[in-house]
Amino acid sequence: MAYLDHAATTPMLDEALEAYVATAREVGNASSLHAAGRRARRRVEESRERVAAVLGARPSEVIFTGGGTESDNLAVKGIFWARRAAHAERTRVVSSAVEHHAVLDAVDWLAGHEGAEVGWLPVDAAGRLDPERLRAELAAHGERVALVTAMWANNEVGTVQPVAELAAVAAEHGVPFHTDAIQAVGQVPVDFAASGVAALTVTGHKLGGPTGVGALLLARDVAATPLLHGGGQERDVRSGTLDTAGIVAFAVAVETAVKGQQEYAARVAALRDELVERVRQAVPEMIFNGDPADRLPGNAHFSFPGCEGDALLLLLDAQGIACSTGSACSAGVAQPSHVLLAMGADDDRARSSLRFTLGHTSTRADVDALIAALPAAVERARRAAALRTPR
Amino acid sequence: MRVLAAMSGGVDSAVAAARAVEAGHDVTGVHLALARNPQTYRTGARGCCTLEDSRDARRAADVIGIPFYVWDMADRFHEDVVDDFVAEYAAGRTPNPCLRCNEKIKFAAVLDRAVALGFDAVVTGHHARLGPDGLLRRSVDLAKDQSYVLAVLTREQLGRSIFPLGDSTKAEVRAEAARRDLAVADKPDSHDICFIADGDTRGFLAQRLGETPGDVVDALTGAVVGSHTGAYQYTVGQRRGLHLDRPAPDGRPRYVLSITPKTNTVMVGPAEALEVSQVRATRPVWTGCERPTGPVDCEVQLRAHGDVVPATVSLDADGLRAELRRPVRGVAAGQAIVAYRPDPAGDVVLGSATITG
Ligand SMILES: Cc1ncc(COP(=O)(O)O)c(C=O)c1O
Repeated sequence: MAYLDHAATTPMLDEALEAYVATAREVGNASSLHAAGRRARRRVEESRERVAAVLGARPSEVIFTGGGTESDNLAVKGIFWARRAAHAERTRVVSSAVEHHAVLDAVDWLAGHEGAEVGWLPVDAAGRLDPERLRAELAAHGERVALVTAMWANNEVGTVQPVAELAAVAAEHGVPFHTDAIQAVGQVPVDFAASGVAALTVTGHKLGGPTGVGALLLARDVAATPLLHGGGQERDVRSGTLDTAGIVAFAVAVETAVKGQQEYAARVAALRDELVERVRQAVPEMIFNGDPADRLPGNAHFSFPGCEGDALLLLLDAQGIACSTGSACSAGVAQPSHVLLAMGADDDRARSSLRFTLGHTSTRADVDALIAALPAAVERARRAAALRTPR
Repeated sequence: MRVLAAMSGGVDSAVAAARAVEAGHDVTGVHLALARNPQTYRTGARGCCTLEDSRDARRAADVIGIPFYVWDMADRFHEDVVDDFVAEYAAGRTPNPCLRCNEKIKFAAVLDRAVALGFDAVVTGHHARLGPDGLLRRSVDLAKDQSYVLAVLTREQLGRSIFPLGDSTKAEVRAEAARRDLAVADKPDSHDICFIADGDTRGFLAQRLGETPGDVVDALTGAVVGSHTGAYQYTVGQRRGLHLDRPAPDGRPRYVLSITPKTNTVMVGPAEALEVSQVRATRPVWTGCERPTGPVDCEVQLRAHGDVVPATVSLDADGLRAELRRPVRGVAAGQAIVAYRPDPAGDVVLGSATITG
């Protein structure tokens, strides 16, 4: 099998897996007072320090959660609630049109259920946000903005955003800035303090750690109202018995991924460039989506005019090639990607797109397999799509 | 062969897909999303096309161990089945949407797409037999036989279809599903019309066609004996729900004899007046033997689960004509007439056509 879907989830690193298994064998609740509890707590706190150290945060700024979706929800809703509680007029949320659904739907929920107003920042054809648009938005509504949330790197088209610039603009207006850095950590340099963001989401399973564990880095001076109430763990912001084994493995993965980032990015970007070039030769009419320069090293995203991404995925899957259309399912049926639409693509182009993402286990053989299968798949998908029009 | 298994989320299509795998085919499962808004379609137990059905289908595919995808056919289904259903009623006919779905969706839009994508055939869980001779026959389970709604298929369509269940009874299929650990083994059968959420066909039509009051007329006397709010609400042969103001002079029940959309009139009369011994039909499809040049003695079925009557059928430039050996009541335009040749190995579908009168 050629696994070209590392942005969906990537295999666990051996180090992380071993750390997980070793820790999972030990008993102990990190909140208990006895020796077993103390041992678990030590593992959790060491993990917190490791994560903080490699991501440029203080240990007390690391809140462990049940993964990226939870961290995003905690940041968006939690900061919104806390900021509104402090000042009732802060009911506006500023976000981008290309967020992952974990942010998008949390923002929409605030609009639908909490009376939030939303300012959506547009992107250009490469999927990039413009800090000037944010500046204008905050100049107009600054006093009333509860938070700004914009992702570090896009999970579909791989475009990396000018996060530090955006965060600086938000800081000018004293508005907390949250970034979903799930796709960025381990792929591009990410430093919490240096970036100037107030909150940052990271998840384990995109960087070689386990699924269902992640963190929200939350600056000490930023309050977030909890989503989960209970035992008061994690600064009272996130109750629930800590997943010691998951957290240990997560920390190992974060540390390994961040420390190896430069070398990884160079290797994977070279392989990705080769993939793009060979796809271009095999299917010259393809359109390469996203920012050509500011982009995740492992991401290659194409539109194949005249094809449906769904059909291509089926055909490539049958040849043992795993990729993604990037489109979300609404009621079980694939919808054209909101990211592509926000970038100005029409419905057909959005539906004709396919994402290939490389990761730490990728090899040239994966690219070879794709190139061997792609032309025939495109040919067939085109025939199938042509059936749609005249009857 | 590379085959595409259409999986509704029910027990039949799940077992059909499993048998196709066992027969050595390379099987891919597909669930057809037919509802524009799945919430409006029947849920779980009684219908099809809901999210729950899609999940059931996916779970079955996982158990069988085949790839599974959802294909969005909602627009096609709406145009070719739902809109057609409404238009047929508006024209005073009684359509069979399952038959239309087979003709236009499963064995047309889906089959064509499958072929374009490199599949050789479509597998479904229909209860009918289709052997290497290319002949479509009734299922061994006569109570579940679906050859009637498949009789619209052409030779080319049948040539690319696989019905693995025709030699099994429904009970056997359920038992096999349980043996194969398919959770849908005891899922209730779907019936009625999947796109009518509450089973209220009249309400569904009224919403789309509006209320158009008209007369109910006694065919014998020509007298207006009642009123209605839309001729499309009636089906030839219908007895209940006529709401007549006056009893018939002979005191016997009256039935709908005909519907005339042009004048928005519903004709009623006694049961005998429903009797028909000649049927005309259009758009014939003939698959069971060479297209006949003269009359053919056979049996015909005039509606789903309807009785079978001996008849002589002939094809001409206008379509198909059947002389029935004994009169039949309640023959509705829009339904299919299906001709069968009796056969101990399963009655063979000779052909079919759409009844015009
Ligand atoms: C950008 C982004 N945000 C959020 C998520 C959700 O994270 P998780 O799967 O850990 O809940 C993902 C991945 O699915 C992602 O790529």
